[in-house]
Amino acid sequence: MEITPETIEYVSALANLKLNKEEKIQTKKDLEQILGYIEVIQELDTKSVEPLTHIVQRKNVVREDEVKESIDREQILKNAPLIKDNCFTVPKAVDV
Amino acid sequence: MDITKVSALQLSKAIRSKELTVTEVVLAQLNEIRKREPLYHCYISISEEQAIKRADEVQKKIEQGEYANSLLAGVPIAIKDNICTKGIKTTCASRMLSEFCPSYDAEVITRLEAAGCIILGKTNLDEFAMGGTTETSYFGVTKNPNNINYVPGGSSGGSAAAVAGGEAIIALGSDTGGSIRQPSSFCGVVGLKPTYGMVSRYGLIAYASSLDQIGPIGRTVEDCAAILQIIAGEDKKDSTCAINTVSPSLKAIRQSIQGKRVGFPAEYFEEGLSKEVRIEILKVVQVLKECGANIEEIKLNTSIYGVPAYYILACAEASSNLSRYDGVKYGFRASKYEDLSELYKETRSIGFGTEVKRRLLIGSFVLSSGYYDAYYNKALKVKNILREEFRRAFEKVDLILTPVTATTAPKIGESLSEPLKMYLGDSYTVPVNLAGLPAISVPCGKDKNNLPIGFQLIGKPFGEQEILQTAYQYECTVQKGEK
Amino acid sequence: MKSYETVIGLEVHVELATKTKIFCSCTTQFGGEPNTHCCPICIGMPGTLPVLNKKAVEFAVAVGLATDCTITKRCKFDRKNYFYPDLPKAYQISQLYLPICRNGKIEIETDSKNKKIGIHEIHLEEDAGKLIHDSSSEITLIDYNRCGVPLIEIVSEPDMRSAEEVIAYLEKLKLILQYLGVSDCKMQEGSLRADINLSIREIGSDILGTRTEMKNMNSFKAIVRAIEAEKRRQIEWIELGKGVIQETRRWDDNKNTSFAMRSKEDTKDYRYFPEPDLPPLEFSREWLEQIKERQPELRDQKMQRYQTEYGLPEYDAAILTGSKPLAELFEKTTILCKKPKEVSNWLMVETLRMMKERELEPDQLSLQPEKLADLIQMVEQGTINRTISKEVFEHIFLEDIDPKEYVKKNRLEIIRDDTLLKKAVEKVVEENPQSIKDYQNGKEKIVGYLVGQTMKAMKGKADPTIVNKMVKEVLGDTIIESI
Repeated sequence: MEITPETIEYVSALANLKLNKEEKIQTKKDLEQILGYIEVIQELDTKSVEPLTHIVQRKNVVREDEVKESIDREQILKNAPLIKDNCFTVPKAVDV
Repeated sequence: MDITKVSALQLSKAIRSKELTVTEVVLAQLNEIRKREPLYHCYISISEEQAIKRADEVQKKIEQGEYANSLLAGVPIAIKDNICTKGIKTTCASRMLSEFCPSYDAEVITRLEAAGCIILGKTNLDEFAMGGTTETSYFGVTKNPNNINYVPGGSSGGSAAAVAGGEAIIALGSDTGGSIRQPSSFCGVVGLKPTYGMVSRYGLIAYASSLDQIGPIGRTVEDCAAILQIIAGEDKKDSTCAINTVSPSLKAIRQSIQGKRVGFPAEYFEEGLSKEVRIEILKVVQVLKECGANIEEIKLNTSIYGVPAYYILACAEASSNLSRYDGVKYGFRASKYEDLSELYKETRSIGFGTEVKRRLLIGSFVLSSGYYDAYYNKALKVKNILREEFRRAFEKVDLILTPVTATTAPKIGESLSEPLKMYLGDSYTVPVNLAGLPAISVPCGKDKNNLPIGFQLIGKPFGEQEILQTAYQYECTVQKGEK
Repeated sequence: MKSYETVIGLEVHVELATKTKIFCSCTTQFGGEPNTHCCPICIGMPGTLPVLNKKAVEFAVAVGLATDCTITKRCKFDRKNYFYPDLPKAYQISQLYLPICRNGKIEIETDSKNKKIGIHEIHLEEDAGKLIHDSSSEITLIDYNRCGVPLIEIVSEPDMRSAEEVIAYLEKLKLILQYLGVSDCKMQEGSLRADINLSIREIGSDILGTRTEMKNMNSFKAIVRAIEAEKRRQIEWIELGKGVIQETRRWDDNKNTSFAMRSKEDTKDYRYFPEPDLPPLEFSREWLEQIKERQPELRDQKMQRYQTEYGLPEYDAAILTGSKPLAELFEKTTILCKKPKEVSNWLMVETLRMMKERELEPDQLSLQPEKLADLIQMVEQGTINRTISKEVFEHIFLEDIDPKEYVKKNRLEIIRDDTLLKKAVEKVVEENPQSIKDYQNGKEKIVGYLVGQTMKAMKGKADPTIVNKMVKEVLGDTIIESI
């Protein structure tokens, strides 16, 4: 599988990673090699096979709608790198 | 009593019979850690003060008659640093979380503490549990105590090395594609990956949610069984945790394995497997036969698709699970950024190491528009086929014997440059995770460099008893032979 | 100019009125100090896992059943991955592949005709946090209180052709949701948010034109304006020979226009995959029956009952049940005073008049049933007359006062003192000597005038029937005397 520079750009944008020149070259190499190898599963005939999303055969795992005390705000915010007015902060976010 | 060699059960017996106090045990262990840590570097953080304080509390409670039914009361334990501990830093060996201090305990921690265990510290791992050597840790590599020029394996390398190197009596690891079994094998200790759903994942920092499972590492099979009893069982906080499971008692695992049918999949012993490993495992076959087990050849043809399916699923889930690390709520935040997009990109590009980024890129690719069916969905189907193949195998046998790894531990610095080769090293362990099965790695000899070799026993879903029982019988027989 | 038709489909997000969030036990209460309705789970702390709220599931199913949907027997959750600061895990747990309800419909009535609007699907998901844009700095603040509040997204088919139909659809939907008690549907608080997908095509064509998605309308009126404006905008573009661009636009109600939202560099590639942390839901016949049985009386049934049980005309029953708060006020007041027709009159006439005057929506009504019942009773018992009662009503409608106390304090009771009354009448007759002659000449109308004057003199606090009787008596007496 040939990985184009556009694909590298696209995938790194999805992963929200910035790659320098060397990293881009390395990523191209890695993706080509690893995706090339992964291709081997295509040879398995899976036409009549269901995808197995959950290995533990549980269903309807639910809880009752009962309020529990939330935890202290201090605990919520204590690991945040930058807070203001008891809120997490980011540079001005435009609406998406 | 040599704390660096003793088993957890022996130790707790000594504590209960008042031969030793918990404080003496903890201090002795901390002392050994101090001496050995510069050499092996098993830990990311050591919670010395908390451990000493806890030791005193637990000792008092034992004297008051508490923990009467607890097999491991007073025993110190090391915890892999991707399991959340309230008030103790939990880093995942990543720069991203190097200062992260959880506000809650993982369910397994709550249970261990309720059973009177003492948390010693947090052990090294590959960054976010991605890797098989601990070399991808932001905090530096752990050395294999059997030969410090070699890696301890990974990702639970710190836990396995600590148990092997006298820096912990028992430890917890996590296993997504072999991360408990492979380092246990490389370090010469016993490591159990329970059935998916046997142990709560609440508080285990996710790598690949559908495959991750916490499990014990110890010097003996019985120690692993004792830890499993404490940590296993339903948890309302983890919806994927199974209900009505029973973890085997020590009495149950001491039973004879007379007549047990042990499957021997020829595919697992073909090319790729080193000669030394093959020879040692064939000796295991002999021992099990002596114990009364019947060895039967079985077919596991699909296992070769395990590694590709594993890397698709694990990387995809990781790309989602690790998206939350963006420098906003917790963890590392880049110091230079112009806008929101840069904050994200800079933080993640600096905060994550090479191997993590590699997997995030692969994961983003396989999930990206147009590829879902060809990769992720296909891998889920392969997972189903694999599980079905194991299910059929277990109609004929009670458990399956395989190698854990193709070779013994590699030298430090030899693995990282070739990711694909590294990924292929997981061939013997990943099918177990994909099928959600329990498996144990048990030491069975050493190679010419004094590096341990292990074998793997794979059980049916929730068939922990059978693999523990068989491993225990093996262990006893071999020990008898040595005496 | 060619003739065009507008094709509209709606995506309506509704916050469910559960007590707790969808995946954790934090309260869903609106407002609160920033980040105080939060826990490790809803802010996506590493290692946490979601546990599904049963009530949220049942609410979603109830909406599905009330809109003739097929309930997906086995449904699952999926992760929708994207980076944005209001989404702490960087993925939203939602449903793509197997939404909980599908293929339903809602019947709407407009002036022109009745029509069925198809429901494509309803899916269950979690709400995001709130961003507070600090105008003084270049910083955005994040409050996660709303994060994890359960949402359903109701996706209609593109079956609507005008703003009128859209409003009829939304009104009908709102009634269903309110009657089911699954949401308070307050647009101003964001518990009901409608996005409009709109496209234009030539009449007669059966191909859908390129559509735009319009967001950020916070009232029905804004929706009407947004539809009209977008319709004009698209037709203009088409007439100019330029194609409509598929994009998301943000409505600015103050400027009465919309703006294209800056599309992210990466096109929306959400990399959906099945949520590994949540096992599937499977609806048994029993569970669905239970949900159905618990379904409260819906609008149509209620309208029927008001006619048969209370003997209200169809028109009145329709108005009263046209909003849940009004229907509730009606029923509660009726239970207290047992005068359904009186209650209905008060609501249909005075209440609606006051609401119209003050531009109040039914959910902003603060009128309490106890007070209205007391007022009705005072009239029934002859404590106050009708004229006075309207004055009292205005007060209890607007302020929090007790009608009985108000009447007492302001001495509004009907005066029953006959001597006092007679004196007043006599005085009025005296002041109008011409009236006696007129009465003698058979001009009965003069009685009414005198009654009016007496009432005025009594400041309205007399019983007009008694006054009438008394006026006739006094006139009669005067005539006799004068003979």
